[in-house]
Amino acid sequence: MGNLLAAVVSAEAADSGESKSYIQQMFSSDGFHAPSIAEFFPPAIFGDGTIYEFNRIMLIRVIAAVALITIFWIVAARAKVVPGRFQGAIEFMLDFVKDQIVEPVMGHEGKRFLPFLTTLFLAIVFFNITGVIPFLNIASTSLIGLPLFMAFWVYLLYLGQGVKKHGLGGYLKNSLFPPGVPKPIYILLTPIEFLQVFILRPATLALRLAANMIAGHLLLVLCFAATQYFFFAAAGAMKAMSAVTFAAGFGFVLFEIFVALLQAYVFTMLSAVYLNMALEEEH
Amino acid sequence: MIAQTLLAAAEEHGAETTQNIILPEPYDLLWSIVIFTIIVVVFVKKILPTLQKVLDERAELIQGGIEKAEKAQAEAAAALEEYTAQLTEARAEAARIREDARVEAAQILAEARRRAGTDSERIVETAQRQIEAERHQAVVSLRSEVGSLATELASRIVGESLADDARQQRVIDSFLDDLESTVKAKG
Repeated sequence: MGNLLAAVVSAEAADSGESKSYIQQMFSSDGFHAPSIAEFFPPAIFGDGTIYEFNRIMLIRVIAAVALITIFWIVAARAKVVPGRFQGAIEFMLDFVKDQIVEPVMGHEGKRFLPFLTTLFLAIVFFNITGVIPFLNIASTSLIGLPLFMAFWVYLLYLGQGVKKHGLGGYLKNSLFPPGVPKPIYILLTPIEFLQVFILRPATLALRLAANMIAGHLLLVLCFAATQYFFFAAAGAMKAMSAVTFAAGFGFVLFEIFVALLQAYVFTMLSAVYLNMALEEEH
Repeated sequence: MIAQTLLAAAEEHGAETTQNIILPEPYDLLWSIVIFTIIVVVFVKKILPTLQKVLDERAELIQGGIEKAEKAQAEAAAALEEYTAQLTEARAEAARIREDARVEAAQILAEARRRAGTDSERIVETAQRQIEAERHQAVVSLRSEVGSLATELASRIVGESLADDARQQRVIDSFLDDLESTVKAKG
C-alpha cells in the first residue's frame, strides 16, 4: 500500500507540472476545460502499457472493494441476534435484495442465487457510489471492463443454469423456439431470440450500467468545471453563472446517488429475470 | 493544468491504442476480474453465510418463542378446562352430599321421634302398671290393718267388744266403702 501511495503522489506530481501547486490550481482557472473521454483513461500509476497497468480508476476500484469487504466483514463478525442500528442498516440492504428483487422475480427457487445476487447488488452500489465521493470522484463502473465482467458472470450463470436444468438441446429449444407460435414465425423469431439470449442481454447489462456512470461523471465534471471557470475566470455578471452551475452540480450529485442505487437495482433485477427465464419450464 | 496534462497524456495514450469506451482495455478487464472475483468469493463464502447464520438464529429464536407461548397458552387452557370440570364435579358432589345429609337427618329425626313416642308410651304404661300394683297392694294391706286398728279403736271407744265376726265384718266393709268414696271425691 505504501508503494501505491508513493506511486500516486509521484504520478500527481508529474502531472501538476512545475509552475503551480495543486492548491493554487484549485482556486484559479486557466480557461474552460470541457470533460472528455480522456477522463476515463487516466495515466498509469504503474505497469503502463502492460496488462497489469494500474491507474486511478483501478485504485478507486480497489478502495471501493476494500471498503465493501471491510464494512461487511466487521458487521458479520460482530453480528448479534438483536441487531444494533448499523447492523440493522446492513440487514436492510440484504433484505432489500431478497424481498424486492429475488423473491418477487424468482420465488423460492431464487434462494440458491441469493448470495451471488446480493453480492452483485452491493458491489455495484459501492462501485457506483465512488462517482460522488470526494477525492474518488469517478464511478468504478464507468470503465466498461467491470460492468462487462459482471454481465459476463451473469451470462455464464444463466446459460449454465439453463443447460443444467433443461439439457443443452432443451435449453436451446426453450429459448430459441418459444412455444405457442405458428411455425413460419420462427424464421423471424429465432434469430431475434438468439440475439437476445446470447448477445443483447449481457451486452445491454454492461452497457446500460457503464453508459449511465459515464454520462453521470461527464455531467458532474461539466457542472464543476463550469463553476470553476465562471467563478475564477469570468468577469462581471458571468461570475454569477457560477451559482447556477454550482446548484446544478449539487443537484446532479444527489441525482447521481439516486442513479448509482437505481442502476445497481436494475442490474440485479435484470440478472434475476434472466436467470429466471433460463430456469423456466416454458416461456 | 491537470486536465491539460491529462488530455495530453490521454492523446498520447490514444495515439498508441484507440480509446473506445465500450471496448475494455486488457488491464481494465484484468483488474475487474481480480477485484470482482475476490468480492464474490469473500461474500459468498464468508460474509453472507455468517450473517445468514445470525438471521437464522434470530428467526429460530422468534419461532421458538412463539411456539413456547403457544404451548403455554394451550397448557393454560387445558388447566382451566380441567379446573372448571373439577369445580363442577365438586359442586355436584357437594350438592349430592347436602341432599343425602338432609334425607338422613330427616330419617334420623323421624326415627328418633318414633322411638321417643314408643319409649314414652312404654314408660307411661309401666308407671301406670306400677302405680296400679302399689295402689292395689296398699289397698290390700290397708284393708287388713286399718280394719283391725279401727275395730280395736272402736271397741275401746264404745267399750264393747265386737266379738261377733259377721257384724264386725260388715262394719268394716261399710267403713271402708265410706273411706273409699271420700278419697275418690277428693281425688
